[in-house]
Amino acid sequence: MDEIITLDYGSGGKKTARLIEQLLVPAFSNPALEALGDGAFVEGADKLAFSTDSFVVDPLFFPGGDIGKLSVCGTVNDLAVCGAEPKYLSLSFILEEGLKTEELRRIVASVRAQAEKAGVQIVTGDTKVVEKGRGDRIYINTAGIGFVRFPGLSPKKLRPGDAVIVSGTVGDHGTAVMLARSGMMQGDIRSDCAALNTLCARVLGTGAAVRVLRDPTRGGVATTLNEFVEGTELGIVLREEDVPIRPQVRSACAMLGLEPLYCANEGKVLAVVAAEDVQTVLDAMRGTDEGRDAAVIGTVSDAYPGRLVMETAFGGKRVLQKLTGAQLPRIC
Amino acid sequence: MPSDKALRDELLAKIRALDVGEVRLMEVCGTHTMSIAASGIRSMLPENVSLLSGPGCPVCVTPPQVIDAVLELSMEPGVILASYGDMLRVPGSRRGDSLLRRRALGAKVETVYSPVDAVELALREPEKQVVFLGVGFETTAPGTAAAVLTAQEKGAKNFSLFSMLKTVEPALRALIAQDGFNIDGFLCPGHVATILGERGFQYLPAEFGLPGVIAGFEPEDILLAVYLLLRQIAEGRPRIENAYPRAVSHDGNVLAQKMLSRCFEARADVWRGLGTIPASGLGLKAELSDFDAEKRFRVRYAEAEPPTACRCGEVITGRLRPEGCPLFGTVCTPEDPVGPCMVSSEGACAAAYKYRGVL
Amino acid sequence: MCLAIPLKLVEINGNTAVGEAMGMRREIRVDFIDKPKLGDYVIVHAGFAIERLPEGQAREDLDAWEEVRHALG
Repeated sequence: MDEIITLDYGSGGKKTARLIEQLLVPAFSNPALEALGDGAFVEGADKLAFSTDSFVVDPLFFPGGDIGKLSVCGTVNDLAVCGAEPKYLSLSFILEEGLKTEELRRIVASVRAQAEKAGVQIVTGDTKVVEKGRGDRIYINTAGIGFVRFPGLSPKKLRPGDAVIVSGTVGDHGTAVMLARSGMMQGDIRSDCAALNTLCARVLGTGAAVRVLRDPTRGGVATTLNEFVEGTELGIVLREEDVPIRPQVRSACAMLGLEPLYCANEGKVLAVVAAEDVQTVLDAMRGTDEGRDAAVIGTVSDAYPGRLVMETAFGGKRVLQKLTGAQLPRIC
Repeated sequence: MPSDKALRDELLAKIRALDVGEVRLMEVCGTHTMSIAASGIRSMLPENVSLLSGPGCPVCVTPPQVIDAVLELSMEPGVILASYGDMLRVPGSRRGDSLLRRRALGAKVETVYSPVDAVELALREPEKQVVFLGVGFETTAPGTAAAVLTAQEKGAKNFSLFSMLKTVEPALRALIAQDGFNIDGFLCPGHVATILGERGFQYLPAEFGLPGVIAGFEPEDILLAVYLLLRQIAEGRPRIENAYPRAVSHDGNVLAQKMLSRCFEARADVWRGLGTIPASGLGLKAELSDFDAEKRFRVRYAEAEPPTACRCGEVITGRLRPEGCPLFGTVCTPEDPVGPCMVSSEGACAAAYKYRGVL
Repeated sequence: MCLAIPLKLVEINGNTAVGEAMGMRREIRVDFIDKPKLGDYVIVHAGFAIERLPEGQAREDLDAWEEVRHALG
C-alpha cells in the first residue's frame, strides 16, 4: 500500500484489489464477506428492518469518536430503535485522492472495533476514489439489516400521561464536534458516540409498554420530540430542570451561543413509555454503560396539541420548535 | 436565607401587588430578548404587563441594502468574509439571498467568535483579503476597534473592517420621537451599560421622563428589572436604576470608551425597519481608513430602501401587533424572513409566529 | 445585546489571557481591564473581557439572586 490514496485505488484494478485484500477484508473477516461476491449471502428472519445512513464529519477524529465509529453506531442505532437486532452492515467508502492511508487504516480499525462491540458483521462493501478537491477526504455509507424482535413501536401509540425518558446527558456529540472544529476552546467534552442495541434490547426485553424509541441525532432532543407529536392531537411537556446536561456542555454552549437541546447526540435514545413502566425502563437503561444517566424529562399531554412546550427551570413556559437550519453561533 | 424559588415568588407577588394598570415595557437588547424567551418570563407576568422587543438585535437591524453590498463583496475573487454566525441568515433585498446561500455558491465565508479571530485568519492567509463584518453595539465595538489596531501593529494589511456597528442612544431617541410612541419604560441593555455606565442612560428620565432599569441577563436579573420599572411607574418617579451593579458602574468602562473614541466616529446609519438615523453608526476614523473595507472595496449602496410592505418599524415600536402586518405568516416567516422582527429567532414577529395559539 | 459570560482568568500574558468556566478554557483579550490579575472574574463578549466582577462575587455560579436579595433588602 502507498502512503496516500490515489485514483488508482479506485480503478477497479490491481490496486483496488490490494486495498480490499490488505486493508479491508482482514479487518472484518467473516465467511459472508470473504466470499467477495457481488453480494453477500446472509441468514434471514421473518421480519427484517433495513436502514442506511451516510457519514460526513469534520474533523474526522474528535474526542470520543471518529467517522468510522460513527458510521457503525449510526446505522446500528437506527435499527435498534426500530426494535430490531442489528446483524449485518454494508460499508462503502468514497475517498478523496490524497487521503493518508494511515488515516484510512485508523478509521477501518475503528469500524472493526465498534462492529465487534455491537455484534454486527460487515458483509459487503464498496470503495470509490474521487479526484482531489471533489470530496472531503472520506465519506462513509453504511446500510444495515436487523432482525425485528419487538415490532410495533410508533409515535402513533403515544397516550396522554406517558413519560418521556432520555438515556443520558444531552448535547455531548454536537458540542464536542463543534469545539473540535472551531479550536477556540479547550476542555473535556467527549462525543457520546455509542451503539445502543444492548440498551434498546434490555429496555424492550423487560416487556414494559414502550410506545416509541428514537435516537435524537441531528436537530437534537427538541427536534425529535417535535417529530413525535407534530400533526397529532398530543403534545409533550418537557421539564428543563430534569434534562441531564453536563456542566461543561452547558458552559461551552453558553460561550458559543448554542442550545444543548438542539445539539446532536450519537449515543442517546429517547423513549416514550407508559407511566406505570417508568421505573422498569429506567432500571433497564441504568443497568447499561450507555444509560447510566437516564432520566425522565417530560410527559405526553393533550394540553398543547402538536407542540413541544418546556417548563423552564425559572418557572415559565417556552415553546420549542424543530431546528430550522444548522445552529449558528450567535453574537447576541 | 430564602430559597431562589421563594425569592422569585416574592418578586412575582410584588409585581402583582403594584397598581399600575396596563404597562408596556421594552427591552432593546437581543440577549434580553433571547433570555426572556428561553426562561418563559412572559408567561409568568400578570396580563397587564407587556414586554415588547425593540430593535436590540444588531444583526437583525442591518438593512437589506447593506447586506446586498456584503453579498456582492462575498463574490469578489480572493475575498474571505469573517462573520459572526447569526449574520449568515440575514436576508438582503432579494428574497432568500443571504451569506449562507452565497457560501453555497462558492463565496468564502468563515464563522468567527471574535474580531481577533479574523485578524489571525488574515495573518494565516496573506494572499487573501479578509474582511471582518463588524456588527454590534457599544459592547462589541471596543473589541472590534482593538482588533483593527492589532491588525495595524502586526502588519496584517490584508485585513479590513466592514463596519455595521451602531450605537443605542440615537436609535432610542428615534423610537421615542415616533408618532404614537407608547412605551412606559425601558429595560436598558446590561452590557452596553457595562461600557457606557449608568450615566449613559440618564437622558431617558432627564429628557423624556421615562423610567429605565439596567438589567443583567439571567432571568432573575430581568424579573428584578421588571419589578423596579413597575415600582418607578407606580411611584411616578422615573429615574435610572442599576439592577446589574455586579457588572455596571456609574461611569462604565473608561478604557473601552477611550478605544471607541480613538478609532471610531459617529455617522448617519440605516436601520432595518427604522430607516436612517443621524449619528447612529460607527465608522473608522480617517487615520484608520486603510483598514476600512468600504473604502478599500469602494462599496456602494443602493439609493433607497427597496419598497416593501414590511411594517417592522411599527412592530418594533410597539404600535402594531405582528399579526397586523400584511406580510406576517404569509410572505414573511421565520424560514424566509423580511424584517428584523422575523429575522431574529426571538424577535417580536418570530415569537408571535412560533407561539401562535399556544401560550 | 450581547452574549457574554463570566470567566475566571487562569493565565495572563500581556493583553491576552486564558479564561475558564466549568472546565472550559478559551483565549481572550483583556485590553479593557485595568491591571488584570489571576483569579479575577471577567465578563467576556466576543473574545474581549469588558468588565471585572467585584471580588465578593468571584465564584463559578455568579448568583444573580444576590442582586435580587440586595434590591429587596
